[in-house]
Amino acid sequence: MNQWWTPAASLWWVILIKSAVLLLIVITTFAYAMLAERKVMGWMQMRPGPNRVGPWGLLQPAVDAVKLILKEDLTPKTADPLIYRLAPFISLVTALSVYAVIPFAEPQPGSIWAISDVNAGILFILALTSIGVYGISLGGWASGSKYPLLGSVRATAQMISYELSMSMSLIGVLILAGTTSLAGIVNGQAKLWYFIPQFVGFIIYIITAIAETNRAPFDLVEADAELVGGFNTEYSGLRFGLFFIAEYINMLTVSCIATLLFLGGWTAPFGWTVVPGIVWFLIKVGFFMFFYIWLRSTFPRLRYDRLMAFGWKVLLPVATLNLIVTAVVVAVRG
Amino acid sequence: MIEFYILAFVLIASAIFVVTAKKPVYSVVGLLLHFAALAIMYFSLAAEFLAVIQIIVYSGAILMLFLFVIALLSSGVAPFSMGPNRLPKIAIPAVAVVLVTLGFLIFGISHAPHVITPAGMGATAAGPVAPVGAANSFGSVADFGKALFTADLLPFEITAFILMVAVIGVILLAGDAAPYVPTRKRARIVEREMREAILRAGEE
Repeated sequence: MNQWWTPAASLWWVILIKSAVLLLIVITTFAYAMLAERKVMGWMQMRPGPNRVGPWGLLQPAVDAVKLILKEDLTPKTADPLIYRLAPFISLVTALSVYAVIPFAEPQPGSIWAISDVNAGILFILALTSIGVYGISLGGWASGSKYPLLGSVRATAQMISYELSMSMSLIGVLILAGTTSLAGIVNGQAKLWYFIPQFVGFIIYIITAIAETNRAPFDLVEADAELVGGFNTEYSGLRFGLFFIAEYINMLTVSCIATLLFLGGWTAPFGWTVVPGIVWFLIKVGFFMFFYIWLRSTFPRLRYDRLMAFGWKVLLPVATLNLIVTAVVVAVRG
Repeated sequence: MIEFYILAFVLIASAIFVVTAKKPVYSVVGLLLHFAALAIMYFSLAAEFLAVIQIIVYSGAILMLFLFVIALLSSGVAPFSMGPNRLPKIAIPAVAVVLVTLGFLIFGISHAPHVITPAGMGATAAGPVAPVGAANSFGSVADFGKALFTADLLPFEITAFILMVAVIGVILLAGDAAPYVPTRKRARIVEREMREAILRAGEE
């Protein structure tokens, strides 16, 4: 039909196989990201972390999955059954769909290391993450009880506020690269990774990405101490599991975007091209994942009004200024 | 062409669902489906950038605010109380207006120099154009931006200005008429008023 993909990569069964394999990899990564989080946080808090199931606790995710599947699936009497059941799927499906456009290594002639190479790749990801919020919003509302509703209202306000600064911080990179294609942005970083010229944008992206994924210290949406469990208080069993998977996959997604846009994706540092690009990509994503876990076990939760004031009065003006300065510098240097 | 008819069906069905749904939140979900189908329609017409912006702006921002307000107003899941049924009174004029507009559209399109169909959208007289989404092709980010900031700059800026007028109008209509008072001072005023109210209640 058209030339979004190179010929061999555009066959429908190639796309199907790629999607299936990628789905498997992403879900497995989720399972071990969760285990890694519990292990790393355990070490940081001077305790061993999960270490009973399998050698070194490595089979813990399998046991957790069985537990979630076997738990009773409750629907509160006051809930709106249709939307209550729909919400977790909105969260998970949008979180997984993002991987349709993320490239993992350098495109080879005739094949690409991605399901598809969309020209407006980064905009496509932003569009999908903006729909992902509906899962949390609708889920909290449909539970028909007060704490989930408060959690979902917080989620809506927080995500709209931080999405703005996040997009602003990314536009600087788009101006430097002159393209919205993810592969094009990585190719633009062959000489210099964008986190050096776009240092302010990089910092703002890292901060807003934590808020977008609702993780500590910005996890106001599910603040246990104030809101019981936030938007997912009423959910149990596998439906809760879907929200849980979506949260970790979103964390993986923002790490992938940070790697692609600021750390040069699959390009090797210092010309160490002996190691293949895909390995560099995974190392960089792993670094961001560790960084998010590290932050979670280091910082206390922000107060809600401070979170909002920080987003609108600090991050947004700085991101706008960064955007203007980048645009002027690029225009002057031609 | 087949995808056009499927999408058209989904678009019309979801639009009907939006206005007939019993609960306001169902209407929002219907509208979300409508916007998603519209974005896919734009994709099938090779307008990649428009499709993505449609989702980011309408689904991501505007509809989210609708949901925000509706979720707060109807925090229980009970439907809003129904007013009197005004449909019979306005149905006939509304249908008439729609039919006249459609008539004009069909007349205009059938008398236009070239008929633009979804299938022929990506091609010109010189033959098929560059692949979808590539630079310098119809609907790509670069071309969309170029058109917006050169040939169509004036309409674009006027639209922005009109939206700004709407925002200022809302602040004038709904905003606080009283002069600005800092939060702490306002808190003190409220506190004093409450104290006086309690004292009055004690006297009575």
